[in-house]
Amino acid sequence: MDALWEKLFLYFQYPFVRYALIVGVLIALCSSLLGVTLVLKRFSFIGDGLSHVAFGALAVATILDMSNEMPLVLVITVACAVLLLRTGQNAKIKGDAAIAMISVGSLAIGYLLMNLFSKSANISGDVCSTLFGSTSILTLTLPVVWLCIILSVIVVAVFILFYNKIFAVTFDEDFARAAGTKANGYNLLIAVIIAVIIVLAMNLVGSLLISALVIFPALSAMRLFKSFRSVTICSAVLSVACSLLGMVVSIVGGTPVGSTIVAVDIVVFALCYLIGMIPGGVRS
Amino acid sequence: MAQLICEDLSLGYEGKAILKDLNFQVEAGDYLCVVGENGSGKSTLMKTILGLRAPLGGRVLTGDGLKRTEIGYLPQQTAIQRDFPASVWEVVLSGCQGRRGLRPFYGRAEKALAAENIAKMGLTPLTKRCFRELAGGQQQRVLLARALCATGKMLLLDEPVSGLDPQVTGEMYDLIARLNGEDGITVIMISHDIDAALRYGSHILRVGGAVFFGTKEEYLTAAASGFGKGGDR
Ligand SMILES: Nc1ncnc2c1ncn2[C@@H]1O[C@H](COP(=O)(O)OP(=O)(O)O)[C@@H](O)[C@H]1O
Ligand SMILES: [Mg+2]
Repeated sequence: MDALWEKLFLYFQYPFVRYALIVGVLIALCSSLLGVTLVLKRFSFIGDGLSHVAFGALAVATILDMSNEMPLVLVITVACAVLLLRTGQNAKIKGDAAIAMISVGSLAIGYLLMNLFSKSANISGDVCSTLFGSTSILTLTLPVVWLCIILSVIVVAVFILFYNKIFAVTFDEDFARAAGTKANGYNLLIAVIIAVIIVLAMNLVGSLLISALVIFPALSAMRLFKSFRSVTICSAVLSVACSLLGMVVSIVGGTPVGSTIVAVDIVVFALCYLIGMIPGGVRS
Repeated sequence: MAQLICEDLSLGYEGKAILKDLNFQVEAGDYLCVVGENGSGKSTLMKTILGLRAPLGGRVLTGDGLKRTEIGYLPQQTAIQRDFPASVWEVVLSGCQGRRGLRPFYGRAEKALAAENIAKMGLTPLTKRCFRELAGGQQQRVLLARALCATGKMLLLDEPVSGLDPQVTGEMYDLIARLNGEDGITVIMISHDIDAALRYGSHILRVGGAVFFGTKEEYLTAAASGFGKGGDR
């Protein structure tokens, strides 16, 4: 046990480990906030589709040899979020089909581009780490850390400011619109925030595992609590705790960061599921 | 001037009209019952009145100091998400949404209004309960309290008693009648139940087949003569 603490202590001496933890906690916090909305609005597919778009965008940024890929990836992903939401409302191409087209398309093109133009000797390693995150969290540079911090603060602030509107639009869109709330505008806002979260979370868990980071804490919290506010707070706490634990385990055990975090999320979900089955369990 | 005027209103989906050339008006304090077969376009009419759908033709006007966004709406069931985690308090308070405008948080006035409407619907002991775990009649009363937070003038109710057992149905009808009679709130209610419509309503709008609009007495006279053998009014 002492050896374990010593090892951890040693790791915390390194700034890149501290960056990783800061960024990880912020990303976990942001990604959990919109989980409930995503699950209940059947927007989880948009989240999934966008994460593939982000992969394609990252491939483009990589072959362009950009020093900081995040701005470009962010712009492309946000643009696609807007596009997906628009086509989702258009009856000609069904929403799901449009998402499937864009997401599979970006995966294919992204991989193709990486193969054609990459200067790296280890293409499959690169692809694997963009998809599953691997150790990339430990190679964060200071500008990326700052960008993550700024974006997280924006996401949290927007969520708190629009919390009541997001609740109204998620719970009953027709009622909200009848009362004069511009539901389409808020749907757009939600989609843009999702896009930002996905680009952020890609740094932590890679593009294939993002949905897990967004959805598991929300589902866990929904097993335990019954009001929107308590579910939101609980899912934020669970998400941060799971990510911290996952990161520590992965640092100590040398396991891939992203999949370790998701594994912890799954275990916690299973626990919450069981607790939720106890009649008269946690309430309010 | 009437609170709500529908002029030559045509409505439907993707350019295909379901209802054509509807003309009717609703005065303050009226209790209008909308009856008609399933699928005859009653819910679509509600959505058009609320501005959720654009009419295919004609127009919807509000007057007498009523704003379009000041109509309280109780949607047909199942529109609400089945597994949404929300407390009664959160649901009712969200009815204050419209009057909040762009200001982000609810103030003391909104909270007082929500508490008042919860009490009016007899829900005070349930305030902290989870919405989805309530019985059907209780859920409808929560949604009615939410609608009352959005308006003090006009309620649009889309089949408020469907799926409720006879006793709860009676209570719900009485509650609505009280809102209309005591608080002077205009009510437009969609109902399957023509007997209830004739018992509680002051005016009847029948859609689908022969369209009819008039007072309850006119409706009874017209019904006695078989709606002039299917003729439109
Ligand atoms: N979103 C929609 N798109 C196309 N047609 C619809 C839509 N919603 C309802 N309809 C059709 O419009 C007709 C009227 O529906 P509705 O207004 O719900 O009837 P009611 O409430 O009187 O039962 C029905 O035939 C229904 O199939
Ligand atoms: Mg209907």
